[in-house]
Amino acid sequence: MLHTYVPFMVMILIGIIFGASNILLAEFLGPKKSTRAKLSTYESGMEPVKSARERFSVKFYLVAMMFILFDIEIIFMYPWAVQFKELGMYGFTAMILFMILLFSGYIYVIKKGALRWD
Amino acid sequence: MELQPLLFLVFALGAVISAVSTVTRKNPVSSAMSLVAHFFMLAGLYLTLEAQFVAAVQVLVYAGAIMVLVVFVIMLLNLGNEQALTENRGLRSTLATLIGAVFAVQIILVTVAEPTGANALPSRAVEIGTTESIGQSLFTQYLFPFEAISLLLLAALIGSVVLAKRHMK
Amino acid sequence: MQIDYIGSLPLIVIWLALGAIGIVIQAFVRDNTRLVFGYYVATLGLTGLAAIVLSGHKGASFGGMITLGGYANYFDALFCGAGIMALLAARPYLQKEESEVDEFYTMLVSSVAGMMLMAHASNLVVLFVGIELMSISFYVMAGFFRTSTKSVEAALKYFLLGCFATGFLVYGMSLIYGGTGSLAYGDIARTVVTQQLTYPTLFVVGTTLLVIGLSFKIAAFPFHQWAPDVYEGAPTAVTAFMSTAGKAAAFSAFVAVFVALLPAGWTSEIAQNQQIVIAVIAAATMLLGNITAVVQSNVKRMLAYSSVAHAGYMLMGILAGPSLGTDGMNGHHAIVFYATSYLFMQMGAFVVVGILERRDGGFLNIDDYAGLHHRHPVLAALMAVFMFSLAGIPPFAGFFGKYMLFAAAIERGFTWLAIVGVVSSVISAWFYLGLIVKMYFQDAKDSGHEAPAGLAGFTLAVSVVGVVFFGLFPQLLINIFRSW
Repeated sequence: MLHTYVPFMVMILIGIIFGASNILLAEFLGPKKSTRAKLSTYESGMEPVKSARERFSVKFYLVAMMFILFDIEIIFMYPWAVQFKELGMYGFTAMILFMILLFSGYIYVIKKGALRWD
Repeated sequence: MELQPLLFLVFALGAVISAVSTVTRKNPVSSAMSLVAHFFMLAGLYLTLEAQFVAAVQVLVYAGAIMVLVVFVIMLLNLGNEQALTENRGLRSTLATLIGAVFAVQIILVTVAEPTGANALPSRAVEIGTTESIGQSLFTQYLFPFEAISLLLLAALIGSVVLAKRHMK
Repeated sequence: MQIDYIGSLPLIVIWLALGAIGIVIQAFVRDNTRLVFGYYVATLGLTGLAAIVLSGHKGASFGGMITLGGYANYFDALFCGAGIMALLAARPYLQKEESEVDEFYTMLVSSVAGMMLMAHASNLVVLFVGIELMSISFYVMAGFFRTSTKSVEAALKYFLLGCFATGFLVYGMSLIYGGTGSLAYGDIARTVVTQQLTYPTLFVVGTTLLVIGLSFKIAAFPFHQWAPDVYEGAPTAVTAFMSTAGKAAAFSAFVAVFVALLPAGWTSEIAQNQQIVIAVIAAATMLLGNITAVVQSNVKRMLAYSSVAHAGYMLMGILAGPSLGTDGMNGHHAIVFYATSYLFMQMGAFVVVGILERRDGGFLNIDDYAGLHHRHPVLAALMAVFMFSLAGIPPFAGFFGKYMLFAAAIERGFTWLAIVGVVSSVISAWFYLGLIVKMYFQDAKDSGHEAPAGLAGFTLAVSVVGVVFFGLFPQLLINIFRSW
C-alpha cells in the first residue's frame, strides 16, 4: 500500500534537500562582510522607524476566520469531486443545497461589509 | 517489507517530540512552529494508518489554515517580552500531571484490552480511508450530518462577524 | 437510503428558513430589526407547528441518522416555544441596553436548530453536530455585549470550557466507535445487548468520557464551575434561554444516549458500577448547587447555582432509567416533565430579572428586591410564583416534577438519594422563599425605577400559565409521554 506514496516521499525529500542545501551553501560559500546598512532591518528601502512587534488589528483575524470557514467548505467538495460521476445527480443536488447555505453566508459577509477595510 | 510499522514509529516519535517542544518553548512563535511540525507528524501517522483523506485534510486545514489563525492571535495579543510570562507553575503542573496520569492509565488500559474478536477490524480497512470511499459514504450514509454542517459553518460565520466586526450595520 | 421528507419537515423548515432565506434577508435589509425579528418568530412558530402536527409520524429518516415523531417532536415543539419566548423577551431587553442587532435573533434561532438536532439524533455524529451548533450560538450570544467586560469574560470562559468538554465528548465517541464498531444508537445498543463488544474496556472508557462531556453541558458537579460565571456575565435575556432550553436539550440527548449505551437499563454489571457514580454525582450536584446558592448576593448568580442543583434533580431520572414504574412512568418521563416545567419557571424568573435590570447593570442584587411589591406588584407576584415553583411547593409544576423524580428514584431503591434531594430542596427553600420575604415583607431602600415589560410581558404570561397549568393538570403531559 505504502509504495503508492514513494513518489510523494521522494518529492518531500527533494524539497527538504533543496531548502537545506540552499541555506547551507549560502552559509558556507557566501562572503561575510557586515556593514551598517546590511545589518539594519529591511523595510522595503524605508528607514526602520519603530519596533516590528506591533499589535495586529482584529480585522486580520476576521479575514483569517472566514478563510478557515470557506476552506472547510472546500474540503467537503474534495471527496464529492472525486466521486462526482458515481454520485451523479443525487450528489450534485446534495452539494448544491450545501453550497446554497454557504453562499447565502457569503452574500451576508459581502453585504455587511465584513471584508471592507474600514 | 514491513515498512509501515517502522514509519509509524518514526512519525509517532516525531509527534511526541514536537508536542513536548510546543509546550516547553518560551517564545510563542516557536511554540506555534513546533505545533506545525506536530501536525505534519500526525498527518504522517494517518497515512500509515491508511487514512489518506484525513491526512490530506490535516495538512490543508490544520497545518495550513488553523496555524495562520494561531499566528494571527499571537500577533494580535502582542505579548511583548514573552520570557516574562513564566509564572508560578505549581498548580498548573500538578493539574497537568494529574490529567497526564489519567491518560497514561488509559493508554495502559487500551493496550491490555483484549479484543474479543467479535467485531474485528474489517479487512477493507485499506479502502475506507480513501477519498473515494469517504465521498461515497459522506453523500449517502452521512448525508444528513453533512447538510447540517452547512448550518454549523454558517452560524460560525455570522458569529465571527458579530463578535469581531467593529461597526455593525 | 430512504429519506422521509414529510417527517423531517421541522428540521428542513428551520434549516432552509434560517440558512437559505433568513441570512439573505438580513444581508439586504438594513436597520430593520423589526422585520428580522418578526421573520424569526414566524420561523420558529412554523417549525414548532410542523413538529406538533407531525408528532404522530414516527420512524427514522436519512438512513437512520435521525428519529422522527414522539419524543423528538415533543422536544422540537418545546425548543421552538422556548425560542419564541426568548425572542420576545430579548427584544425589549436589547432595546433597553441600546444594543439591538438583528444577528442576535439569528444566533438564537440557530441554537434552536442545534437543540432540535440533539433531540432528533440517533447517531453520535448528528448529536455532535447538534451540540456544536447549539454551543457555538451560545458562545456568541454570551459575549453579545462586546463592550461589557463581564459579558466578554463569560463568553471566553464558556468557550474555553465548552471546547474542553467537546474534547471529552468527541474522544468518548471515538472510543465507543472503537469498542462497538458503530456510531448509530441502534447498532451500539444491539452490540451491547448481544455482548459483541470488540473491546469492552474501550467502550467503558468511551462511555465515561461521553458522560463527562454531557455533564459539562448540563452543568453537573464537578463540571459546573463555568455555569455561575457564564450565567451572571451573559446578557440576562441570553441566560434566560441557555439555562433553560440549553439544559433541556442536553438532557434530551443524555436520555437518548443512555438508552443506546445501556439498552438493558441498569441491570448489567458494568452499568451498576456506573449507576453508583451517577448517583453520587447527582447527590453532590444537588447539595453543592443549593448550598452555594444560599450565600449568593447577586440574583443571577443565585439562580445560576440553583440551576446547577436542578440538573442534579434531573440526573435522578437518568438513574431511574427506562424501566416503567408502578405509575406507568419511567425516569425519563420524569426528566422530560421536569425539563418542561423547569423551562417555564426558570425562564420566567430570569425574564423578571431582565425587566428589572437597569441600563447600567444595576438592580441585580438580592437586596435591591426589597419591597418590590410596592413598586412593581405584578412583577413581584410573578417572581413569587416562579420562586414557589422552583422551590417545589404545590400546586405549581415544579412540585410535580420533583415528586415524579423522587418517586422514580425511590422505586429503584435510591431512597438515600431521594432523602438527599429532599434535604437539598429544603435548603433551596431558604433562598427562594428568602427572596419572596424580601419582596413582600421588607421596605424598599430607594424610590425605584420604571421597568416596562413590553413584549417580555407575553413571555411572562406564558411562563406563569405554564407553571400553574402543568402544576394543576400534569396528567396532560403524562398522557403525551405515554403515547411515545
